[in-house]
Amino acid sequence: MTFKKPSVLPGFNLSLGYTLFYLGLIVLLPLSALVYKTAGLEWADFWSTVSDPRVVASYRLTFGASFIAALLNLVFGLLVAWVLVRYSFPGKRLIDAMVDLPFALPTAVAGIALATLYAPNGWIGKHFAEDGLIGELLGKEIKLAFTPLGIVIALIFISLPFVVRTVQPVLEDLEIELEEAASSLGASRWQIFSRVILPTIWPALLTGFALAFARAIGEYGSVVFIAGNMPMESEITPLLIISKLEQFDYLGATAIAVVMLAASFAMLLVINLLQWWTAKRLGRRT
Amino acid sequence: MKTRLFALLPALLLSSHLVQADATLLNVSYDVMRDFYKDYNPAFQKYWKGKTGEKVVVQQSHGGSSPQARSVIEGLQADVVTMNQHSDIDAIAERGKQLPTNWATRLPNNASPFTSLQVLIVRKGNPKGIKDWNDLTRPGVNVVIPNPKTAGNGRYTYLAAWGYALKQPGGNEQKAREFVAALFRNVPVLDTGGRGATTTFMQRNIGDVLVTFENEAEMIAREFGRGRFEVVYPSISIEAELPVSVVDKVVDKKGTRKQAEEYLKYLWSPEGQTVAAQNYLRPRDKAVFAKYAKQFPSVKLFTVNDLGGWKAIGQKHFNDRAIYDQIAAANAKKK
Amino acid sequence: MSTKPRRSGITDETPWVKWLLTGTALTFIGLFLLVPLVSVFAEALNKGWELYLAALVDDDALSAIKLTLVTAAIAIPLNLTFGVAAAWAIAKFDFKGKSLLVTLIDLPFSVSPVVAGLVYVLLFGSHGWFGPWLEENDIKIIFAVPGIVLATLFVTFPFVARELIPLMEAQGSDEEQAAMVLGASGWQTFWRVTLPNIKWGLLYGVILANARAMGEFGAVSVVSGHIRGMTNTIPLHVEILYNEYNFVGAFACASILALLALVTLALKSWVEWKAERDTEAARAAANAE
Repeated sequence: MTFKKPSVLPGFNLSLGYTLFYLGLIVLLPLSALVYKTAGLEWADFWSTVSDPRVVASYRLTFGASFIAALLNLVFGLLVAWVLVRYSFPGKRLIDAMVDLPFALPTAVAGIALATLYAPNGWIGKHFAEDGLIGELLGKEIKLAFTPLGIVIALIFISLPFVVRTVQPVLEDLEIELEEAASSLGASRWQIFSRVILPTIWPALLTGFALAFARAIGEYGSVVFIAGNMPMESEITPLLIISKLEQFDYLGATAIAVVMLAASFAMLLVINLLQWWTAKRLGRRT
Repeated sequence: MKTRLFALLPALLLSSHLVQADATLLNVSYDVMRDFYKDYNPAFQKYWKGKTGEKVVVQQSHGGSSPQARSVIEGLQADVVTMNQHSDIDAIAERGKQLPTNWATRLPNNASPFTSLQVLIVRKGNPKGIKDWNDLTRPGVNVVIPNPKTAGNGRYTYLAAWGYALKQPGGNEQKAREFVAALFRNVPVLDTGGRGATTTFMQRNIGDVLVTFENEAEMIAREFGRGRFEVVYPSISIEAELPVSVVDKVVDKKGTRKQAEEYLKYLWSPEGQTVAAQNYLRPRDKAVFAKYAKQFPSVKLFTVNDLGGWKAIGQKHFNDRAIYDQIAAANAKKK
Repeated sequence: MSTKPRRSGITDETPWVKWLLTGTALTFIGLFLLVPLVSVFAEALNKGWELYLAALVDDDALSAIKLTLVTAAIAIPLNLTFGVAAAWAIAKFDFKGKSLLVTLIDLPFSVSPVVAGLVYVLLFGSHGWFGPWLEENDIKIIFAVPGIVLATLFVTFPFVARELIPLMEAQGSDEEQAAMVLGASGWQTFWRVTLPNIKWGLLYGVILANARAMGEFGAVSVVSGHIRGMTNTIPLHVEILYNEYNFVGAFACASILALLALVTLALKSWVEWKAERDTEAARAAANAE
């Protein structure tokens, strides 16, 4: 098997060459500086830095909270995209326009705004306090801000546009004839969704999930305002990188950064392989 | 596609070119000093113009003290640095080699023209009856302190509590450690910076006590209203020295040594000291201090050097796995 | 968006399913998007329009707005060109190592913004690989505009490419192949066939990248140097104002970012609506004949 399958389309060498050149310049060169810097560390020092219990607790929190946030965004992002593409309701264009705003707001502002809202005295947080509507219903106080829950809230916010925006164009492009054909063959609405629509949008959904997940892992600015930052409990990995830098410990900081980089690279690779595989299996059929 | 990239490069490089005035100084400082230098810079410019006829432009850069020091080490062209702890300027001397290690002896008062100290801020009417450091370790009292790992403000608070415990009758290191551990058990939120901690306390209404600098209390009053809180002076506190220095490598390259040195020396002039007092920073000048004595209640103070100096303190308390980290880990387990 | 003709009843959900789905989606959007945004504007206008406007015409705010726009204006076209090239190579051809390439393109998203800034310090700082050479030749990269542009390029790197790849993969390359067979040149095929097909995806990508470029804080913060009136972008200026307890000013500047994003989106909606109207008019004209 050769490197590339033959195709009548031109421009492969130009587009791939440019892609690799630009990728190397903007992404790979800087990241190699990071890895090179870390290589200055003895293996034992490297290991003791990245396997410190507090650092390990922060990985668990960062990756766990990011995964939950990305999963919630997968479900609700699909729902939002679906509603925006298929239904009409008053204010639809406005809602559609607003979906991207989490990117535009500086992350720190997002964190401050969310902390204000979800704090025990905030517009939303107060309903979860002991004497609040939901707090009374459950018979106990639910703390949102300054807990790991707060981190999930912030991460949902900052990665919300990804799933919506990757699924939306594919949904718009969906050929209605397929659904009509399925319908005329007697398929129920749910069958059409799960057998016809879902397979087509699945690669885009996974892409959106991967991007949301990736973005959430690295997030710092919004999280520190709402996390509480308590050691072992609500301390995210990027915060530990910052506190290493605070002591001018560049090596320690880059060591943790490299571990995060490797872990997210591995996970993204798995998701992309999965996506490529499903696209090949399902996408070609439609 | 590539040609477009290369066409843009010259534009990129040109845009980094700075417009030069007669003399331009860059003062790299930390967050809280904005208000002070906003008042001080015009005063110095007027003085310098009168003395030499030269116009000086002072550019300001503000951020967290240590990140700012890191930027200077990595090449931010600061003529002068004005930080909130000596260790940050030491780092510029040791890691960046941009100024001599004896920088602190080149100006009077250990190179800090003014000082502040840690005070306790409580809610109106002091409902929890907070009077001194030991009240902060009582069960049921919530204390808001910024993270000592990321904020100089938090480090000063930690050291103030440590020093207080040491100086109690029968005080020793073990007891100090237990005391500080008990204090941090009462901290519900660790903000990354001093101003973030203030917001948590004032706007989110979290905590019974906020520990912060004396001059910050005045800023809080100006922004949030005087009626909403009270300032409690503890029996003993730590003196925060706020050091300044010329960055030799930069001023020699730019030829701005004369202006930069005068800029810092003028901080000790009666005018400079008055601006400090007006911003609730304790002036070194006795006459100016006496004039503003009303706003500076006398408190017994100890210094960072009494605890061994920043270098030793860093290794003992704040480095990775040093005492603060041990306390934090033990407290997390107890929860 | 209703770029499709009205669908027939058989492919519609029952009304109550529709309402349930719409209601859930709107509740989610409300809790996680609408309320936080409203609160930003509420804080900004807390003390009235006058203070709001005063915060925006302040010299430092204006220079921050200018720098932010310049940065986005440089970063977005570069990443746009890259995105189209990468999507073309990845979506239209089958070659080995594709997933690896896509993963590398995604990587900047997962890199913490602080680390993204740090890597440029490691490259161009005084103690970095190129630092000493740059200093000898008196070229400023970090703590100046080029550094800010580089950090912005890094954080917005994947957007356009990632928006286009799934779209172009879903579309396949039958149409392009047909065009080629009919004798169109490569560029003609791209301009006449591919571009019209991907224009909405492209637009989304640009809008997202643009929003993120203007809103980026962490990475830019590390390489900016924070020189007031010179190297502060809007997000950095917002942080400064917030740390000065100038909440109105901070949220006012933040709301400007939100408004800029809304303007680009309104523009997009307008273009979409116009295109829709044109096709409808053409269809009506065709029917009338």
